[in-house]
Amino acid sequence: MALSYELCCRECGKRYANQPLSICDECFSPLEVVVDLDAAKKTVTRESIAQGPTNMWRYQALLPVPEDYVPQTPAGWTPLLKAPRLADRIGAKNLYIKNDAVCMPTLSFKDRVVAVALANAQRFGFDTVGCSSTGNLANSVAAQAARLGLKTYILVPADLEAAKILNTQVYGANLIRIDGNYDHVNRLSSQIADRYNWGFVNVNLRPYYAEGSKTVGFEIAEQLGWRLPDNVVVPMAGGSLITKIRKAFKELIALGLVEPKDVRFFGAQATGCSPIAKAVKTGADHIEPQKPSTIARSLAIGNPADGVYAAKAIRESGGWAEDVSDVEIVSGIQELAETEGIFTETAGGVTTAVTARLYAHGRIKADDLTVSCITGNGLKTTDVLAGAYETEEAIRPRLTDFENYINEIKELNELVSGGGNVR
Amino acid sequence: MSVRVLLPNAFQKHTNGAKEIQSSASNLPQLIDEIEVTFPALKTHLRDETGNVRRFINFYVNEEDIRFLGNEKYAFKDGDEVLLIPSIAGGCWPDGQTRFAPNCKCSCCSYCGQEECACY
Repeated sequence: MALSYELCCRECGKRYANQPLSICDECFSPLEVVVDLDAAKKTVTRESIAQGPTNMWRYQALLPVPEDYVPQTPAGWTPLLKAPRLADRIGAKNLYIKNDAVCMPTLSFKDRVVAVALANAQRFGFDTVGCSSTGNLANSVAAQAARLGLKTYILVPADLEAAKILNTQVYGANLIRIDGNYDHVNRLSSQIADRYNWGFVNVNLRPYYAEGSKTVGFEIAEQLGWRLPDNVVVPMAGGSLITKIRKAFKELIALGLVEPKDVRFFGAQATGCSPIAKAVKTGADHIEPQKPSTIARSLAIGNPADGVYAAKAIRESGGWAEDVSDVEIVSGIQELAETEGIFTETAGGVTTAVTARLYAHGRIKADDLTVSCITGNGLKTTDVLAGAYETEEAIRPRLTDFENYINEIKELNELVSGGGNVR
Repeated sequence: MSVRVLLPNAFQKHTNGAKEIQSSASNLPQLIDEIEVTFPALKTHLRDETGNVRRFINFYVNEEDIRFLGNEKYAFKDGDEVLLIPSIAGGCWPDGQTRFAPNCKCSCCSYCGQEECACY
């Protein structure tokens, strides 16, 4: 290889030099980046990584960017938190949360993939970038493109959460709302990418973009003290993240940075959009597209681009996939917030509720070291909690009023706890 | 009866640059056969070794995924627009050249996308 990475067809194996191309011209199947691990073995050690910056670019040698690339956005290196109180509640004993709700700069794991995609957009000479998005990607492309001085065209489904729209527009991006669901938006993006000379991060830059997700896996391993967990629970929209965390673990094993281990991968979807979970459950080798209907809009992709690969990765690893209802998603958001102080968006509600179910059904054993991946922030989807909490009447600034108020609350709580679980 | 079939850039290497055809096919299997007769070079790329159309190629009829319309059973209607798109496909070169279509629309800028550029 001229560089330490290049493109390779996931089906027929044809190799391509680095270029803004996402599918094979022989079999029209997706391309992915392959990193020359033999070359990386000579330079990448635990120590060399530890000497890197405290962000995802500490793994730069394993990411598809030119060797001399100087990172502009310090995304990643988010907390891996032990979650004992959530664990207690769901019957787990060794549960961790990978908290990308606080990924910088736009509070979702998409900051990782966009950082890699835009590095390549610049390398290929694009002055304009775009994406089709269910929201988090839109926020991240808008923010990071602003920082790099790139123009942006961002396509989203018209019914997107207000916060995600505002969090795109504020960066000066051209936001185009499409009257349709994400799959309509995505199809239109393919047509636009064919016609305009833009770098679409999840179309023609997709092989590079997707590699950014590996940093979630690298970080989990390093933060566990350079070892792999027993299980990982990952939300699935297009299905890319789960396959890339697995790829990251495999690369770390190949580089000798962790002991080999067969990690089980578990996928999480909302029942209202669960094409990958359905394929896993039925053993199908193809994905039957669905029309999404769920509050988890960031996961609402009915025809997931990496669906077959996600289902395959789950099956090969000995894992499983589950899907949960909208009511369970809201409960999942509340449980994670109440037990661990992490406010996640609907996708995180899906992951939390699915994690709980996997323990309840015995798919994950209590003592297993399990990492649940939280990928987005609750401040972006507050609309799903509308009506969940009452706004209390204000009291006068007097100590007696305060004490009366406290007593009222106590009585109410006793009433509630005496009346069983009301939620 | 005639339907308009739009082909992606990715196919054009195998279609001598043709971007669309008119077809008189009445359903999807007939359309695929017709495409293969019109562009013999495309045939081996369109089907896998078992003869099935490759799973990453999606068909849309008037913006709807054909699988929601009954797939092979859907009867094309006069004036339907059929779109072929491999999953996540699409793209032009930044310098105005694409790998598959040498004359990507607008060469003066990245914006207007018009064949006759309106950006001056």
